[in-house]
Amino acid sequence: MASNHFQNNASASTLSGPPSTGDYITDSVFRAVALTCASLLILLLAYILWEIGGKALPAFKEQGLGFITGTTWNVNEGQFGVLPEIWGTLYSSLLALIIGGIFGVTIAIFLTQDFLGNRFAAVFRTIVELLAAIPSVVFGLWGIYVLIPLLRPAADWLHEHLGFIPLFGTELSGPGLAPAALVLAIMILPTVAAISVDAFRRIPYKVKEAAFGMGTTRWEAILKVMLPTASSGLLAALVLGFGRALGETMALAMLIGNNNQISLSLFAPADTLASLLASNFPEAGAVEVQALMYAAMVLLVITFVVNVIGLAVQQYTMRKFEGKK
Amino acid sequence: MNAMPEAIASDAAVFSPAGDVVIDCNLSKVFYGDFLAVRNSSVPIEKGKITGFIGPSGCGKSTVLRSLNRMNDLIPIFRFEGHVKYHGQDIYGKKVDPVVVRRYIGMVFQQPNPFSMSIYDNVAFGLRLNRFKGDMDERVQRALERAAIWKEVKDKLKNSGLSLSGGQQQRLCIARAIATEPDVLLMDEPCSALDPIATRQIEELMLELKESYTVALVTHNMQQATRVADTTAFFGVDISQGGRTGYLVEMGVTRQIFEDPQEELTKQYVAGEFS
Ligand SMILES: Nc1ncnc2c1ncn2[C@@H]1O[C@H](COP(=O)(O)OP(=O)(O)OP(=O)(O)O)[C@@H](O)[C@H]1O
Ligand SMILES: [Mg+2]
Repeated sequence: MASNHFQNNASASTLSGPPSTGDYITDSVFRAVALTCASLLILLLAYILWEIGGKALPAFKEQGLGFITGTTWNVNEGQFGVLPEIWGTLYSSLLALIIGGIFGVTIAIFLTQDFLGNRFAAVFRTIVELLAAIPSVVFGLWGIYVLIPLLRPAADWLHEHLGFIPLFGTELSGPGLAPAALVLAIMILPTVAAISVDAFRRIPYKVKEAAFGMGTTRWEAILKVMLPTASSGLLAALVLGFGRALGETMALAMLIGNNNQISLSLFAPADTLASLLASNFPEAGAVEVQALMYAAMVLLVITFVVNVIGLAVQQYTMRKFEGKK
Repeated sequence: MNAMPEAIASDAAVFSPAGDVVIDCNLSKVFYGDFLAVRNSSVPIEKGKITGFIGPSGCGKSTVLRSLNRMNDLIPIFRFEGHVKYHGQDIYGKKVDPVVVRRYIGMVFQQPNPFSMSIYDNVAFGLRLNRFKGDMDERVQRALERAAIWKEVKDKLKNSGLSLSGGQQQRLCIARAIATEPDVLLMDEPCSALDPIATRQIEELMLELKESYTVALVTHNMQQATRVADTTAFFGVDISQGGRTGYLVEMGVTRQIFEDPQEELTKQYVAGEFS
């Protein structure tokens, strides 16, 4: 294995030599282990898809694509449509992404760009990361008992004075999009913040030096240099946060109102795919389970498409800003 | 080559140039934390001239250069005693904004550090920052031409600055720094990553710049110092106090420093007897 063609050519005193047979074996073993782990993961994913797909197949044959464009969910008449849930999933996640994204990136800037002392920044970072440890159901309860009453005065005022804007078109019904999106935003905040912090930390010191050397103020350095430099990492943070928001179940099932309607209003109740699954499974009959499996497939496809788009945008920014092929 | 001879801790006679002084730099002590990095260095930068900084590695050339436009402010443990005056005004004065100082006194760093943006945007960065209102394309092209890199990048101005080779990145950084034509340009070994032809072109750029601006240049290349510098400051390292403290050994007209050095240390250094 470890053949050395240079042995005879090298000068007698050189200390250089080829890797030993053991080194080569370790190399192959490592590669084999890594490959096995990676393929197991892919197999697992394929298996899950296969299982869910198989269970969803009858519903797919029955409903066809009408399932995606339909707006009623009526078990007795065998009518199943998830357009309102698709809308609710995307709308609530997008709102959460905007709010959580802005806060998450801002927090990352504060934590990494010398606004806080090192020790204080570490404490603050731990607090943000602790948010990730709070169970979803606690967020749900907090939303019902604290957030919704808190939102009510503002929501009433907005509806009364700015009701002509579709966003504020209805009265706050209690559970609805606004509380759900806000809680989602808080839930994705730690993810977005932690990954953004890493993106900013990865920027070499010389970049900061270059920015200040050009005579930028602190904010100019952050907005015009640090942000574009960190952009691919920030995008990764946003994509991951969005993915989490799409799939979040428990808190949403408690807060979104579970009402399959399509409305632009922030205060109207809505529904998401994940919370549809969670609320309907326990009492579903055989036919409804098939429909729910179909809905699960739709959610998977949405998550997949979002991730692919995210990856494409990330590749694009990497090419554009960092010159990577 | 011998190790560096133990320095005699005497102060060099203060050099006073014939012409106007743009930056009057007098550093009696520069610290990084408790570490005394540089002492007793008075380095006047003459207007419309190229001032070269030479000396062994670690003697504090970059430290001195970076204190001329307050770049060392970014290092929290940096502190110094002495003064740096730009056109007679103390740049470390209470009311002085370091941002303004750096707009007038530009810098090219020892390591190439282009921004993660297109080549064009890199060069236009300073122009936009200073709200330049003229023909941006023309300025960008001119800066790239002067930095001897236009021909290599003119067809890919939209590509990232980071996609260039090390030497190209360094010239891009030079173009970025000269685009706004700062009053004084500080260059920290700008040619260390460049081939001889590009080096010559950058040297020509420096000679061209000094017609209207002022340049301070750190270099390890003695030929370069003799080719372009009007005045040369030679720094040494003093190990007599335990630490490795840099200090100005001798400063004078370049030809005098190389042909008739007054200090023994300078004589040995320019003769290549230690590094
Ligand atoms: N950020 C810093 N923190 C602590 N010490 C530093 C820092 N920067 C430089 N020093 C120290 O200050 C001394 C002078 O460093 P400086 O970079 O000015 O040397 P130099 O003459 O530019 O060397 P070279 O020719 O290798 O670039 C060195 O001993 C170095 O270790
Ligand atoms: Mg240096």
